[in-house]
Amino acid sequence: MKGIEQIVREHPFFQGLDEAFCDLVCTCARNVRFDSGEYLLHEGGLADTLYLIRHGRVALEIAVPGRSAVRFQTLGDDELVGISWLVPPYRWAYDARAIELTRAIVMDAGCLRNKCESDHDLGYEVIKRLMPILVGRLQATRMQILDVYGAPG
Amino acid sequence: MCLPMQSDPMQPVPVRVLTRRREVADTWTLELEPGDAAGRPFAPGQFNMLYVFGVGEIPISLSGDSADPHRQVHTVRAVGPVSRALAALSPAATVGLRGPFGQGWPVEAAAGADVVLIAGGLGLAPLRPALYYILSRRARYGRVALLYGTRSPGDILFRRELERWRRRLDLEAWVTVDYAGSDWVGCVGVVTNLVPSASFDPADTVAFVCGPEVMMRFAVAALQKAGVDDAAIHLSMERNMKCAIGHCGHCQFGPLFVCKDGPVLSFERIRGLLSRKEI
Ligand SMILES: Cc1cc2nc3c(=O)[nH]c(=O)nc-3n(C[C@H](O)[C@H](O)[C@H](O)COP(=O)(O)OP(=O)(O)OC[C@H]3O[C@@H](n4cnc5c(N)ncnc54)[C@H](O)[C@@H]3O)c2cc1C
Ligand code: FES
Repeated sequence: MKGIEQIVREHPFFQGLDEAFCDLVCTCARNVRFDSGEYLLHEGGLADTLYLIRHGRVALEIAVPGRSAVRFQTLGDDELVGISWLVPPYRWAYDARAIELTRAIVMDAGCLRNKCESDHDLGYEVIKRLMPILVGRLQATRMQILDVYGAPG
Repeated sequence: MCLPMQSDPMQPVPVRVLTRRREVADTWTLELEPGDAAGRPFAPGQFNMLYVFGVGEIPISLSGDSADPHRQVHTVRAVGPVSRALAALSPAATVGLRGPFGQGWPVEAAAGADVVLIAGGLGLAPLRPALYYILSRRARYGRVALLYGTRSPGDILFRRELERWRRRLDLEAWVTVDYAGSDWVGCVGVVTNLVPSASFDPADTVAFVCGPEVMMRFAVAALQKAGVDDAAIHLSMERNMKCAIGHCGHCQFGPLFVCKDGPVLSFERIRGLLSRKEI
């Protein structure tokens, strides 16, 4: 069975990360598994973790009063779940639940933030990996907001 | 690929509506019977001008199989006076038809390469003939991927056919919606998110993209990011049309006429035009 160090090193998010940094990051990481239907996080909850999916699929949803939740994104293999741990007040802005059996690396966000704070080189490496994901999601959100397939106005 | 047109391209020919099928809330597929013995051969990606008598004439892409020139299949979204009147035609009604017009998808030139088809919303209709063409000559192509994005699960076009395509082992078919309820188990997110999941060799890939223009711009960016060359990316453009034969200038797009030079144009040719507001 693979140890957490190997699993972290093999995850695309940490690809190319310096050995020493990897060792630091691994101290904040552990393996988790969610059955289909299980929640990873709930809107309003403390954003004290981030998840790097290894295999499976996770749906992000927002509750809308009076109707069932709106699902606005699904994430799959190698993708990152949870961004709110990056910025105060560290609260989740949506629900995330597995929609199939999902295996992931869960990172203690407080631990990772502290490591990044005390070693800015590591912090920069982590931010460099997060920024393309954030920019990609921002662009996708723009396209969703434009409602390009909607009825012509 | 270019095929011969009727003798007087400005003269609509009356054709009969054979069948009419509702696809999604505002979109209908009409099967028209040209009547002439040879049918009306067309190339995937071409369009006809359809004339509803007393209402008006609009360009509508062919969405059926080019192997059957006796059936002119069109998928129409009812957005305004002419498309609404078209979508409301019942079987046995008559409609005026001119065409086929324009340059279609370079399906022949793509032989030997991997092919990625990216469709957004109604954009699946003009791409469907290209997919039929490729699937009927499957051995001549490398890997083939269809990435389809639409608004919500209720807006999925050609649903049963998509389900069949998804079951094929020689086609990668992905469907995503912009948003869904929690009962939807498929992908949610914009169609461009699917590009990294599709398997193709970017150095030897031809991409066909069809959908709203904003979606196509995002799709081009995703393909470029994946390493696909601008010359290998082909888009189907839409502009208002009148003559459809390059005479009136209604469909002008920079130095190009969409009706004659397009509607399918390589991104390399229109790179500088696509994001210009005044065009
Ligand atoms: C080459 C080509 C192929 C086409 N193929 C198809 C097809 O297969 N099926 C189909 O349904 N339509 C297709 N169209 C688009 C169709 O020709 C137009 O939608 C047409 O203008 C509709 O005419 P109308 O009189 O019904 O509505 P209009 O009065 O022209 O338009 C009504 C409203 O719809 C908006 N509108 C018009 N066209 C579009 C559009 N494409 N997307 C979003 N909003 C729009 C207008 O801005 C206006 O607000 C194609 C266009 C071209 C140029
Ligand atoms: S529609 Fe007349 S030139 Fe294109």
